[in-house]
Amino acid sequence: MATLREIRRRIASIKNIEQVTDAMRVVAAARLRRAQENITATRPYADKLNTILGHLISQMDVEEQALTHPLLEEREVKHACIISVSGDRGLCGSFNSNVIRTTTERIQHYEESGADVTLICIGRRTQEHFDRRGYDITDSYINIFRQLEFQTAVDVVHEFEHLYIDKQIDKVEVIYNNFKSAILQTVLVEQLLPLEPIEPEGDTLFLDYTYEPGQVELFEMLLGKHLNMQMWKVLLDSNAAEQAARMAAMENATQKAKELIDELVLQRNRARQTQITTEISEIVSGAAALEG
Amino acid sequence: MLNRSFHLEIRTPEKLIFEGDVTSVNAPGIEGNFQILYGHIPFLTALDVGEIRVQESGTPRSIATSGGVFEVLRTGVTALVETAEWASDIDVSRAESAFERAQEQLAADAPDLNRPRAEAALARAQNRLKVASNS
Repeated sequence: MATLREIRRRIASIKNIEQVTDAMRVVAAARLRRAQENITATRPYADKLNTILGHLISQMDVEEQALTHPLLEEREVKHACIISVSGDRGLCGSFNSNVIRTTTERIQHYEESGADVTLICIGRRTQEHFDRRGYDITDSYINIFRQLEFQTAVDVVHEFEHLYIDKQIDKVEVIYNNFKSAILQTVLVEQLLPLEPIEPEGDTLFLDYTYEPGQVELFEMLLGKHLNMQMWKVLLDSNAAEQAARMAAMENATQKAKELIDELVLQRNRARQTQITTEISEIVSGAAALEG
Repeated sequence: MLNRSFHLEIRTPEKLIFEGDVTSVNAPGIEGNFQILYGHIPFLTALDVGEIRVQESGTPRSIATSGGVFEVLRTGVTALVETAEWASDIDVSRAESAFERAQEQLAADAPDLNRPRAEAALARAQNRLKVASNS
């Protein structure tokens, strides 16, 4: 049985831990709110961009253009590119390990089918994990989540877009934590390239559209913007999911600390009671000896 | 004079920059600057790095942008730009240091230099400085 002093020391140290985890929970909650606001702020832009793209496609001879555009071209996959999006720091439950596990599975899947894989790592966790194991990493982005900027999404897209057009890679996939809600995040594997065909929108209303430069150039430009936007959404989602995961993990930790403290307080009281009982019985027996 | 205004919306992926009725807007089209007035025909174009000038009732105000897409419909005008900053919000010292950094990178010409990326950064910084100094 631990001594009274030991138990007291443990209670004090667990109380400290509890304070730290609770503070981290509060910080994560605040960051989560901001991350959710960022997601909402993006929606009108994304919707409008899709509408414009739809307008344009409805005016084009889709069959012909789609086949010729390099970003829509499907090829046999000999070289795949996987963008693995994790966080920079831990203490967020299975957030990082889920991404790492799914990425490893996808790499195996491609290697078994005879394709080689190159990685783009976003977040220190995946970068360190795959770098240490000697995987082929084309590019990595670290510490981008603290001050998330649209330009980062543009830089990432720029990196894999030209590799795709140069036919150095035949497929681009992104693996990230999708933010469903504050309590649910799931790892998703999404294909970025080749682009899925986009549905036309609107009808003859736009027949008198004029273009500068031509339709094809605009279409190409818009596809680029569309891709940037998809990458941006992935970053925002992953960021929100990370904060949500950290909030949940820290809430659990705080809860566990509380339970542990309750248990230790019980032990402490029992130990103190035992000590007092021993002291009293010593005094009593001492007094009895004197009288006798 | 007839006060003919139309609805204009300028958005970036991060936020709404401007929404309201204007009498005129100038923008840096990829094939040259252009101006849109009330009653323009439907029109779609790409924007280059440059300056957007918005004319409400008073003096025109400027926005530095790094490019995007510009759509004119009968119902109004929308500009979707990847970055946009009001001239009055531009942090000149930050733009200057970005400009110098890009110049140094291009001058040093390290083997791992991503030239298109550095050149684009240089153009963006230059534009922000220009727009800030004009206002």
